[in-house]
Amino acid sequence: MIPGVSIEEKTDPLQGQILEVSMGPHHPSTHGVFRMDVKLDGERIVSLKPVFGYLHRNHEKIAEDVSYLGSIPYTDRLDYLCSLTNNWAYCLAVEKLSGFEIPERAEYIRVIVGELTRLVNHTCLMGFFVQDLGAMGTPLMYAFREREKILDLFEGLTGARMMCNYMRFGGVRCDLPVGWIDEVKKVIAAFPRFLDEFESLLTQNEILIARAQGVGVLSKELAINAGITGPCLRASGVGHDLRKVDAYSIYSRFDFKVPIGAHGDCYDRFMIRLLEMRESLKILDQAIAALPSGQIIDPKAKSRGLRPKAGEAYGRIEAPKGELGFYLISEGGPSPYRYRVRPPSLINLTVLEDMCLGGTVADAIATLGSIDIVLGEVDR
Amino acid sequence: MTEADEKTIQDLRRSGILLTTLEDLYNWGRSNSVWPLQFGLACCAIEMIAASMSRFDIARFGSEVFRPSPRQADLMIVSGTVTKKMAPQVVRLYNQMPEPKYVIAMGACAISGGPFKQGYNVLKGIDRYIPVDVHIPGCPPRPEALLNGLMELQEKIREQNLTGENRPHHLRSDVSGEFPVPEFGACDLEPPSNPAVWTPPEPIREGL
Repeated sequence: MIPGVSIEEKTDPLQGQILEVSMGPHHPSTHGVFRMDVKLDGERIVSLKPVFGYLHRNHEKIAEDVSYLGSIPYTDRLDYLCSLTNNWAYCLAVEKLSGFEIPERAEYIRVIVGELTRLVNHTCLMGFFVQDLGAMGTPLMYAFREREKILDLFEGLTGARMMCNYMRFGGVRCDLPVGWIDEVKKVIAAFPRFLDEFESLLTQNEILIARAQGVGVLSKELAINAGITGPCLRASGVGHDLRKVDAYSIYSRFDFKVPIGAHGDCYDRFMIRLLEMRESLKILDQAIAALPSGQIIDPKAKSRGLRPKAGEAYGRIEAPKGELGFYLISEGGPSPYRYRVRPPSLINLTVLEDMCLGGTVADAIATLGSIDIVLGEVDR
Repeated sequence: MTEADEKTIQDLRRSGILLTTLEDLYNWGRSNSVWPLQFGLACCAIEMIAASMSRFDIARFGSEVFRPSPRQADLMIVSGTVTKKMAPQVVRLYNQMPEPKYVIAMGACAISGGPFKQGYNVLKGIDRYIPVDVHIPGCPPRPEALLNGLMELQEKIREQNLTGENRPHHLRSDVSGEFPVPEFGACDLEPPSNPAVWTPPEPIREGL
């Protein structure tokens, strides 16, 4: 018998058998090392159990041993597609804890790199999602072509392509290089053309519609009850975006819309990301036009040897995948007493079984792809 | 090969005749069609995917055919952190690959545990269980670094002999390509390393 596959008799022998299949942790469509224990009645899924922990890297435990500053590079590796927003959420929590002010220019730089990160994440996600549906190669190549352009910007600014390690408590690490903003303008100006191209290839595509519409439906009530955030929640018709609701940083100054889906299926989750990218481009245009000069870091802020006073703080932002939060408890020491990450990927994954029941395995793959998980963040 | 022979070969090549040995021809073909296993563990996997995309284009080196099944793959790129829960699966996948097979340890985590080395759940280097041919440092290594590692591997394949003492283990009957799969024991992986492929480094004590 093949390991991982077992057959179980149903009580009525005329009704056939239940097949149990273990998908993953090595599976081309599970986005890393994620495992699903699926029980099948014929082709229909009757039970789906997610199995986590194949990438548990002790992030929280390590962070309780190193200094506050030393945790920033580790946050890069949480959701490794969008390191800059992870930095941002962590810095926000520490800033709340120790009461640093963030200069105007630093806020604008944070918004610019944060929205660029959202573009990177959503572009990659759409490529991976369509690849999961069976369009091998081509759409992902289009997506990665655009991703490389933005990664070049990150590299020019921070010195690293993926693990940027750019934000610091009370600001950012270094000022924008000469000519960087012009390069950003070029990339932003060319981006709508890519989106139009991508959209003309995919959104009306018959195969995509057949595979994604009506598949993996997440109801509004369940989404709210399960604590789903980010594009998954908005695709189900709830207009909850922390950039609007919480208005952290300087997002209240920008004019942008929050796209909302109507059906909560895979197609809506796909479209929401396309529309969000167009809104991100709007924010980027406004932020670049209004970028002030001045300091990039609070002169009173201390990075090395930081010992915040005893207390606790929760910093949260609207990361590309949902609400990313860091909860810190300080006892006045050089490292936090408790360091907790609220990962959007993990919490969005909890409803996977409800979305997949009754569907086929191929639909489960499409649903998993549309949730947008990164295992570094799920398992930490 | 002597110098005169080299000259003859060059003369013949100019007139359209190629002289080579079977070994060179075989290794040339093998080194230019190394099929990797489509197998991503963590952050480095994204850079591995980036290397296979249009900008870096790993297809120039004949390795664009990422196979989802280990039965069809020649090369395992261990791209990312190997945790203790994942290590048995990695070794099992390696055992399932047909000979000749090669391993690239991509990134600091696969080499030594990297930034997560102090963690309780992270394997401190995949070379404790399977033989690694090329190590690529970096966190994560750039796609160019992966391409360089692949070229190093191709160099290694071209230098392998088909006969004699130095022949690779897939041509030897006395060496097995299967490696024991570790199991998750009471508090750690058992065995903690495979002594056939890895021995703990001797501590260097200066001034003694």
